[in-house]
Amino acid sequence: MAEAVTKAPPPAAQKDSSMERQKQMIAGHFRSLSLAPQTGQRVAYTFVPGNLTELMHAFDVLPVYPEINALQSAMRQLSAGYIREAERLGHNEDVCTYVKCDIGMLTKGNVGPTGEVLPPPNLLLLSYTGCFTFMKWFELLKHEYGCEVAMLHVPYLADGQPTAEARRYIVDQLKAEVIPKLEKVTGKKYDEGRLQTLLARSREAEDNLVWVLDSAKARPSPIDAYFGAVYYVGPIFSAFRGTEDAVAYYRELRAEVEDRVLKGLGPVTPDGTLTREKHRLVVEGPPNWTHFRDFWRIFHDEGAVIVASTYAKVGGLYDQGFRHGQTDDPLESLADYCLGCYTNLSLPSRVDLLEKYVRDFKADGFVFNSIKSCNSFSAGQLVMLRQLEQRTGLPGAFIESDLVDPRYYGHANIKNRIESYLQMLEQRR
Amino acid sequence: MSTGSTTAALLERCERLYADTALDAVRAWKGAHPGRLAIGHLPVYAPRELIHSAGALPVALQGGGDQVDIVKGDACFQSYICHLPRSTVELGLTGDFDLLDGFVFPSTCDVIRNLSGIWKLLFPKKYSRFLDLPQAFEASTGGRFYLHDLEQLAKELHGLGGLAPDDGRLQASIALYDDNRRAIETLYALRREAPWLCSIDEAFLLVRAGGLLDVQEHTALLRSFVDAAGARPKKREDRIRLLLIGAFCEQPPLGVLRTLERSGAYVVDDDLNLGARWLLGDVGPSQRPLEALVRAYLEQSTWASTRFEHDEPRGAQLVKRVKRAGADGVVFAAPSFCDPALLDQPPLQKALTEAGVPFFSFKYAENTGQFQGIREQAGTFSDSLKLWGAA
Repeated sequence: MAEAVTKAPPPAAQKDSSMERQKQMIAGHFRSLSLAPQTGQRVAYTFVPGNLTELMHAFDVLPVYPEINALQSAMRQLSAGYIREAERLGHNEDVCTYVKCDIGMLTKGNVGPTGEVLPPPNLLLLSYTGCFTFMKWFELLKHEYGCEVAMLHVPYLADGQPTAEARRYIVDQLKAEVIPKLEKVTGKKYDEGRLQTLLARSREAEDNLVWVLDSAKARPSPIDAYFGAVYYVGPIFSAFRGTEDAVAYYRELRAEVEDRVLKGLGPVTPDGTLTREKHRLVVEGPPNWTHFRDFWRIFHDEGAVIVASTYAKVGGLYDQGFRHGQTDDPLESLADYCLGCYTNLSLPSRVDLLEKYVRDFKADGFVFNSIKSCNSFSAGQLVMLRQLEQRTGLPGAFIESDLVDPRYYGHANIKNRIESYLQMLEQRR
Repeated sequence: MSTGSTTAALLERCERLYADTALDAVRAWKGAHPGRLAIGHLPVYAPRELIHSAGALPVALQGGGDQVDIVKGDACFQSYICHLPRSTVELGLTGDFDLLDGFVFPSTCDVIRNLSGIWKLLFPKKYSRFLDLPQAFEASTGGRFYLHDLEQLAKELHGLGGLAPDDGRLQASIALYDDNRRAIETLYALRREAPWLCSIDEAFLLVRAGGLLDVQEHTALLRSFVDAAGARPKKREDRIRLLLIGAFCEQPPLGVLRTLERSGAYVVDDDLNLGARWLLGDVGPSQRPLEALVRAYLEQSTWASTRFEHDEPRGAQLVKRVKRAGADGVVFAAPSFCDPALLDQPPLQKALTEAGVPFFSFKYAENTGQFQGIREQAGTFSDSLKLWGAA
């Protein structure tokens, strides 16, 4: 059934202007990266959770995010080949497919999503936040590139709240390890005033992002806070936080969503606007990227809208109040950011957050998408699911897929489970 | 008692401890030491000295091996998560860990990290503590953070009913564990020099027994074995010498270890029971023993896949270790779905290839029950080295 969506794809002229702006921003960034060997601009590879984008910008360093390269490779149907290549080189079938996709892409020439070759890094900035595999990943890249490596160990929030010692540990490392390495590779001195300016821009962008995510509390929700939010969080999770471009993007995005709220419109899906919101769901876990549109369609065909998701918080829990530059000391602010990313939270904190989302966004149910190759997200999800069911009195759905390995995406299985689950929700009304 | 009966009795005791998933030995210890704590800890490394100095028994929790039927544990984990957390949860939910007063979860990997959260959700009344071992090895950063974390842990153990933190007592505990590490190293020296006197499964059992025993008792047990081993009626055989790598957390079943040696090899070095051998050398006496323990972690930690590789690449370290052990080849034995072990394999194997060291690899789970494939692999590898000098 597909009555919930107007089937005709929107004509190109009707595409949201914020999407066009984001596309241009990304193209410009990758152009700068491809020209870096000529311009001499320095390049750092780093990760999304706990990224230090403003600090890198304060040194005019261009960031590259291997996870984002991997997911974009998957969306362009390239990841299967890259993974095969990595496995041919000896990487095991059991391990993280982001890593293997990245290694395969590197082996095949390191061509980025815009078709331009990515420059090698001058610095591997290992922000080790919420994922042990990040550390192993950059050890592998360290062998490949032999460049400077800055290691930032972010302690885990096992007891739910950041401690003064954890914050100090991060600040100490920023001062003793990260900033000196940035100074070394760029030949520039750390400028706290410049960092403050960048953080203030982040704050404005973050305010508008939170407004957009909160808009899903409306009925109908004007956004999809999982599939759609993947696009919304793109600039703020990646190379653009702290830039004027990001500020402009989030102003524009907010204006678009405000307009949708005023008009009572549902979210835009790849197949058009969702016109009939039947189910409001919360999702835990990353999406599958190899079949992203297909995966999304399983939900929107049934009139299911995701009103909140944890994946949209892996690059920062802005909706829970954090803003860059809230503290006088900008390095402390960066430390707080690193500590508070979603996958750095303990499992009890994750359950608390999911429960809050179910209640605040008046969800009818919740879905866990368990990712085969992501232990950070997945280990413990079955226990979390049961806890959430007990606390909310709602049934949950549990499906399995993978990030970027198409071998672990079973369309029929996932579709059957989701449709059955939604039918069950319907019968419970 | 004859030498043969001494070693047999010691090994029999160790095998009983290996099978003691219900922690009867810990129950007996608590009975003999009323009012004292028993604190469980997960692999790989935990500062057992600190727990000991609180008057507590540190208990190494190493999963259920191939002896525990998993029913409840499987309901908590997807098929692609390693086996150790399943059996740990199984033993927790069936009540076998009820006698433990608390649990320490060291930062080994994402799964053990998340297991600390599962524990909080499933056993909210039990003390459970995530120990964030630093990956920054400078005294001014990771050292400072770790020192504070250990101070907190000591206070928390006192809050649970353990003895108050005390430098003198900690120093005494460190001395006992230094002695224990020396005894383990003596056993490993025996393995390197005369591996026919102590098979790999025997060495594994002897070290593992320390996970459930008081440290002094374990040290005495090891020394008794090593003292008696020289007189064992064992003959040197024509076997290749192997270094086993990758089994530092979830441990292989005894059958896997026995199969390796029955296939024509002596395993002369390994990373089994790695936590017991984590610190290389003595922590030593100090006026500030907690700081000494921190410094030892920063400066004397062993080569491990769970620690960030800061300077010397692991591949180069592995090649050195192969030479030090006089090994002819390396076997990579990693638990299925173990990210730290499996992600390390390609660069390690590259380094071995460049150094001309042959290797082979297989995966296992703690409850693996089929050994024929491993036997064929190991036998072929052994034969190829013996017949042609290289695989």
